[in-house]
Parts: sequence; C-alpha cells; structure tokens
Amino acid sequence: MMAVLDSARKADEGRVRAVTGLRDRWANLPYGWRISVLFAFIIFLYALPGLEIPLISTPDTDFTSVLFLCAVYVLVAVGLNVVIGLAGLLDLGYIGFYAVGAYTVAILGSPNSPVVIQFPWVVCVPIAIAVTMVSGVILGWPTLRLRGDYLAIVTLGFGEIIRVFALNSDITNGNRGITGVPVPSEGTWPEWMDWFPGITAGRPIFSVSNVIGFYWLALTLVFICMLGVRRLERSRVGRSWLAIREDEDAAEVMGVPTFKYKLWAFAIGAALGGLSGALFFSKQTFINAQGFDLFTSILWVAAVVIGGAGNQLGVALGAILLAYLPERFREFADYRLLIFGVALIVMTIFRPQGLLPSRRRKVELEDRAKEGAVGE
Amino acid sequence: MNFEFLGDNFMSLTVTGLTQGAIYALVALGYTLVYGVLRLINFAHSEVFMIGTFVTTIVWAGLGFGVGASAPGTFGVLGLIALAVVAAGAASGGTALIVERVAYRPLRKRNAPSLIFLISAIGASVALFELVGAITDRQPRGMPSLVQPKVQFTIFGADVTNLQIGIILSALAMLAGLDIFINRTRLGRGVRAVAQNPDVAALMGVNKDRVIMLIFVLGGMMAGAASVLYDVKVGITTYSVGFLIGIKAFTAAVLGGIGNLRGALLGGLLLGVVENYGAGVFGNEWMDVVAFVMLVVVLLFRPTGLLGESLGRARA
Amino acid sequence: MSERNNLLEVDNVTIRFGGVTALDGVDFSVKEGEILGLIGPNGAGKTTCFNAVTGVVKPTSGAIRFRGKTLVGQQRHKITRLGIARTFQNIRLFPEMTALENVQVGADARHKTSVVGALFRTWRVPVKPHELVEVDAKSGFGRAVQQVRRTGQRIFGLSRHTLEERAAKEKATELLKLVGIEHRAGELARSLAYGEQRRLEIARALATEPGLLCLDEPAAGFNPAEKESLLELIRKIRDTGVTVLLIEHDMRLVMGVTDRIVVLEFGKKIAEGTPAEVRENPAVIAAYLGVPTDAA
Repeated sequence: MMAVLDSARKADEGRVRAVTGLRDRWANLPYGWRISVLFAFIIFLYALPGLEIPLISTPDTDFTSVLFLCAVYVLVAVGLNVVIGLAGLLDLGYIGFYAVGAYTVAILGSPNSPVVIQFPWVVCVPIAIAVTMVSGVILGWPTLRLRGDYLAIVTLGFGEIIRVFALNSDITNGNRGITGVPVPSEGTWPEWMDWFPGITAGRPIFSVSNVIGFYWLALTLVFICMLGVRRLERSRVGRSWLAIREDEDAAEVMGVPTFKYKLWAFAIGAALGGLSGALFFSKQTFINAQGFDLFTSILWVAAVVIGGAGNQLGVALGAILLAYLPERFREFADYRLLIFGVALIVMTIFRPQGLLPSRRRKVELEDRAKEGAVGE
Repeated sequence: MNFEFLGDNFMSLTVTGLTQGAIYALVALGYTLVYGVLRLINFAHSEVFMIGTFVTTIVWAGLGFGVGASAPGTFGVLGLIALAVVAAGAASGGTALIVERVAYRPLRKRNAPSLIFLISAIGASVALFELVGAITDRQPRGMPSLVQPKVQFTIFGADVTNLQIGIILSALAMLAGLDIFINRTRLGRGVRAVAQNPDVAALMGVNKDRVIMLIFVLGGMMAGAASVLYDVKVGITTYSVGFLIGIKAFTAAVLGGIGNLRGALLGGLLLGVVENYGAGVFGNEWMDVVAFVMLVVVLLFRPTGLLGESLGRARA
Repeated sequence: MSERNNLLEVDNVTIRFGGVTALDGVDFSVKEGEILGLIGPNGAGKTTCFNAVTGVVKPTSGAIRFRGKTLVGQQRHKITRLGIARTFQNIRLFPEMTALENVQVGADARHKTSVVGALFRTWRVPVKPHELVEVDAKSGFGRAVQQVRRTGQRIFGLSRHTLEERAAKEKATELLKLVGIEHRAGELARSLAYGEQRRLEIARALATEPGLLCLDEPAAGFNPAEKESLLELIRKIRDTGVTVLLIEHDMRLVMGVTDRIVVLEFGKKIAEGTPAEVRENPAVIAAYLGVPTDAA
C-alpha cells in the first residue's frame, strides 16, 4: 500500500516539475510569441463549438451546452477565488449570490413574474449585479467581523435562507418558479456568420436550442472578469487581500483597512456570482428554487481549492473539471459524485496545493511538508 | 405571521423543540469535540449520523422487526433500542474513526492548511453519502414504529408524550456522561490538555494521536445514539438525511460556543426550541431561516457563542 | 538636550484586564527626533503600553495624544496613517508574500488607489518623458506593442495606480537596502532567516512613513554582532528624522542607543531620565535586582 502511494506521489512530482518547467519556459518566451500563442488559444476557445474534436466532445449531451456550463462555472470560480483564494474568507453559501443575481433578472425581465416590469436583459443584468453586491455587503457587514470558521457557517446559513426564500416567497412564484427569463437579445444571426458550423443565418442568436451565442457571450464575460480580477490582484487591493489572509491583525496595524477590503472582496465576489447566475438562467429561461442547493455551493468551494486557490488559471481548471467530467461520463451518472468525493480525498493527500497552485502556495506547502517531516 | 398560534401552543411548541433540540445537541457534540481539539469543521460528521440511522434499521430488520412489524412489549422495545444504540454507536464511531484515518490523518502528518482539511472533509462526506445512496438505490427506508406516542402528563396545556420524555432524558443522560468523562477521567484530562496546547500536551506524555482517535470515536458514538433517537421519533430515513441535521447541529455547536460541551447542549436545545417557535409564527417552511437568523444575531452580540469556546469547561 | 516638541504624550494611562491592572497611571512623552527606551522587568507593562499607543488595546482611563491628536478610540489602521508604526515582539510578517511585497503593504498605507482606481485605472496624470514604457523588446512584434503602449501613455497619461505602484516598489527596494536585505527581495518572508525577518519587519514598519517607530524587543534572540549592527540601524533610522520608541530587555543595548529612558515596574513608572541618570537610580537598581522598592 505504502509503496503504491509513494510511486504515485513520485509520478505526480514529475508532473509538477514538467508543469513548472513549462511555466518557466513560457515566461522566457519573447513577448510577441506569448501574445500570439495567447491569441491563438483564445480563438481556439471561441471556435470550440464548431470543432468536432473526437475525445473531448460529449456523446450524450449537446457539447456547446457543456461548454457554456463550463464558462459559467469558471465565472463562478473566478468570483469565489477572490473571496477564498485571495482574501481567505471561507464562503460556503456562495450559491446565494448566484441565486440573487438569477432571480433579479427573472423578476425584473420576465413577463411571467409577479412584478410586471419587463426590463430588457441589458438593463436587468447591471441591476442584478448591483443587487447582489448590496446583498454581499448586507451579509458581510455584520459577519465579516467574525472569525473564519464562524463565517463559514453563517454564509452556509445565508445560502439556505436564500433557497428557502426562493421556495416560499410570492415574489419568486414559490416552487412554480418563473418562466420567460429574458435572453440577452432578440436579434438573429446575420448572413456573414452563416459559415460557422451550427449557425444558421436568420435564427435567433440566443436560444435554448442553439447555445453558441450564449457560449460566446459567457466566454467574453469570463475574459473580461478574469482581466479585471487580475488587475485587482496586482494592485494595492490584491496585496491588502493577501495580507489579510496571512495575518489580519498585522495587516490592520500596517495601515490596511481590513474591514473595508474584506467587504470589497465579498462584494466583488458576490457581483461575479450574481452575474454568473443571471447568465446561466437566461439560457435556461426558467428558474425555480431547485437549482440552488447548498451542495452545489460546497462543490464550488471544492473546485476552487482543488484547482489551486489564489491562481486564476487553476480555479478555472477546477471549475471546468467540475462542470465537464460529469457530462462527459454520463454512463457513470450514479457513481460520479462518489468518484468525485473519493477524488477529493485523494487530491488533498497528494496535491494539497491544488492542480495549478499559485507560486506562493506551492513554496509554502513544500516548507510545511518539511516542517511536518521534521516534527514526526 | 401568527403570534396567536404561538401564544396558544407555547408549551407544546417548547416540548417539541426540546425533543428536536436534544437530537441536535447529541450530534453537535461530535462537531464540538473535533473542533475543540483540531480546530476543524468535521463536515463528514453528518454522514456519520446518517450511517447510524441505517444501521439501526438493519439491526431491527435483522431481528425480525422490518417495516410494518408490530412492536413487542415495553421491555422488548427497550431492548431493541438498547441494542440499536450499541450497534449504531459502534457503526458511527467506527465510521468517524475511518474518516479520521483516511481523510485527516495523512493531512495532519503533512501539516496542511485548514482549507485543505475542509476539502478532504467535504470529499469524505460526499463519498459516504453517495456510497449509501448507491447501496440503497436512493430510496428511503422505513421501520416499524416501536413507540406509540402516549400522553404521559400535561404541563400548562401541553401534552408530553412518553417518546418526548424518553428522547430528552436519554440525550441528557448521555451528555452528562460525556461531560463527566471529559472533566473527571484521566483520558478526558488528556483530551482537554491536547485541546489547550497540543505541543505541550505531547511533551507531557499525552499521546496526541490516541486523543484524536478518542474524540472522533466519542463524537461518532454520540451521533450514533442520536441516530437511534431520530429513528424512533421519525420512523424513516434516507441517504440524504444527514445534511440538514448536520448543518443544524453545527449551528447549535457554534451557537453555544464551539469547542464547549455544555455549549453544545445549550445551543442544541435553544435552536430546537426557537426554530419551533419560529415555525409556529411564520409557518413551517421558514423554520430553517429562523434558525440561521438567530445564529447571526447571537454571534453579533456574543462573537464566540453563548458560553464561549473552551473544551470541557464553561466560561462564565 | 535642547527643548523639543512632544511627539507622543501618554497621559495618566491606566489599563485593567478584568481584575489585573496592567498599567497604572503611566505618564511620559516622546520628544520629536529622540530615541526613547521603555524598559522594565518581565510583566512590567511595556508591551501593553505599546498596544495602547497603537490602538490594539483601549486604555481604561487616561489619554494618548500624537502630534496633539487623541489616539484613544481611533481605528488601528488610522493610527498607522497618523504616523505611528510598530514591529511585533513575536515576528508577524505575511509569510506567503515576498519580502518586497511585505514592505509594499506598508507603503500602501500612504496610497489612495482603491478598487475602482485599480480596476479602471482612473485618475490619469500627465506623464513625464522618463516615465514612459521603454521600447526594448527583442522581437519586432513586441516592440510594436510597446510602441503602441508608449503612444497611449503619451496621450492618456498614467493612472494614479501605476504611479503609486511604481513608487511603492521603489520605496520598498530602498528600505530593504536600508535594513540590508535587498538581496532577498523576491523570497517569501517565511523562508527568510530569523534575523532577516526582524529586519524585514522594521522595513515594513518604516514603509508606512511613520513619525514615530515603535520597536518591540527588536534584538530578541540576536547575538552580540547582530545587536551591534541593529544599534547602527536604529541610529540610522533616527537620523532620517524618525522618532524611535524602543522596548528592550538588553540593558546594554538600551543604554548605548537611547537618549532617554522610561522605566516601568508592575505597571507603574518608577523612573525617567537619561541613561546615566537611570543607571544610578536606586529604584531601578532595586527593580532589576528584585529588591522591593520600599526597601531600597
């Protein structure tokens, strides 16, 4: 048994070295090369729905829908990463924000909601983001003064409260839910897009039956948000978050307004969660409380940590695996969560730093492992 | 809102709440013990409870008391319950121990940060939950109603049944036993020592690993006992039964002051009672909301819970 | 010594924790530009005094004023911005951040950019020629991109974020040089040696541009050679115009570097004066030798 563990661990170390080597080589590439490769990769992501790649496409489900789900989960992970990976706040009820965003769009935009306003999508979404941000602040204001573990249970409670509210309140139509959630635009594909596989000119861009439009929109939003978070990460804000994560009291004494920045982390995380919820349920066109169980919320946290909290590419990878694997392996539907659970345990034992750790975390964990070994 | 209902049924809501709260308190002990010593939210504890509920039904069914069987006489029932407590206690304690060995110990050896422990805990929880789900085909499992609720006496207009008295008293007895164990025995002293300062305790010759195993087993046994009480009270179980009870029990632990045994009792009973009042006023569907809102309010005024955090000793 | 303005005034401060009186009517002031030593046996209340000044604990009664402004009840990060910085007795760096980043966090105390500024790069400032991006890439494509950025900067100016970011980096590098660990700038704080960590803490505190620097036993665990170089560093810091309040156990170190000394025992001030005066003070001798004061 131990021998197997050891050899597995060795193999994994080899993989890590390969990844690290790749990262260094990437950093040493000329600027122009890096830009071009990045550009090509982005084009590739946009083209994915049109490419029939044999191994990765999903036989049982519409591949573009799976891609869309991946993009939404990545957006969720990017937001959750701000809260957990950067500021170090354990938010187990993130799905509450997702729900608030989704319901705001549904209530304001749908013709079948109890509130008949029927704003267009482009108006609903900014309002949804604002509402989720405010809900993040309302939740954070009293609770961010609490210590980490308490925050976990309080956020979990928040997620549950939102779900129960959605299930029982009149404004959400209770369990019947709301149909006719608005789509981003009623427009149709123009002639000149006709060449792309799967697109027929004159058909609506955003429809349930053909989600290429949704996928492209989601992908674009993912890029924008990742860029935005990256900007924050490499600024005073990001440094303050890290300092708070490391030692909150010391940060405060060094002049970091910790409460303010924790609140910002919460609000930004909430806004991104709200945006992803709004996006996902625009595609579904139907929303009810079923989609918001806490279990999903906890899986998201797992995806972020497994991917490598603190590293945007890592959390994106974690989110993609979480969204993609169950769709790819439908035949194991009954056992997929069981496998997932076991995988989580195995992962934490072999790769506690996540699949793609942030540079810092990697060194830290190596140091800790050494200390642990000495302490034995 | 229906305050009149609350006023009319105040005492009976209280009794129902105390019964529910007693079960929360027993499960909460598992969270509190582990947190007090390891500073870790043992997410898999809800599944430890769930396993207990199934083992109880299996034991009863094995003795010929499957669904629909009629209950034996009083002593027969007590015997069945006692047997179930032993079996479920062993099964839950064993499960907790396995979780510790498989999911936590390797991480402790590597000195992993607490977030990683949490993920491993989630993994263990999902795995157990899905395993039982797969085995039982995700079907609920019934059992005979062994105890017919019979009104024993009435206080202030509230009927109190034998079932309720039994649950509350057995929970209290187990809590008292655990409290004595932690505060009065040598092993219990070791637990408290490790909780306060693991390194110093190790220097003083306390075997840390054994203490950790002990608290997992103890917590698991309490959850096992709680699962039997739950089965007797509810009469049906399913693979997903642990999730909500687990969250509620954890809430109870935090409410009383996590790491504090008497806090778990207080938190559990209070939570049970208040959520029943809330259900009376706002309707059953808002029960969970009331519970969490109370948690937030309490934490705002007492950030470390009602009795403060400290294993085995209640700080004033 | 010439008469100088009081920078910090600790006025009749009493602090009680439950039944324990940690500080009892302590009075002293720190004058602009001096190095004041705060000494006393273990448990005399030195660190409590520090904590009161930096807002970590709230005095039960009494006032603390810095440049005439009262500090009691102020938020801790605001006290830092008023100009008081500190180090910790048990080192408290941000272990997973690099040495440079640790110091940058301190420097950020003086910066104004927040989420909006960092996200949208608002507050554009006209750019000076030497601040433009250099066109130095090897590939033609890279040079073209840099040229575009350069032109953009010329037209739109630079954001406050960019300028502050540069300033923070420069300042941090300079401070690391001052404390002598600039060669470890890119290393994680947790991987630095003990002495380097203590120095890094001082650099981080200095980055907040304090008027008053509070050092809590900066020489704890140092060997004589290290202590000597620390003394030099403290003098250097004073010479840059920073007033220093120093808690220290090592009497020789305190005597060698301070201008004045305040002695605490059991939460009370028992003496104050120049090192020479304090050294001769019978109450101080008694306190350090363990003889009750009334017997001395």
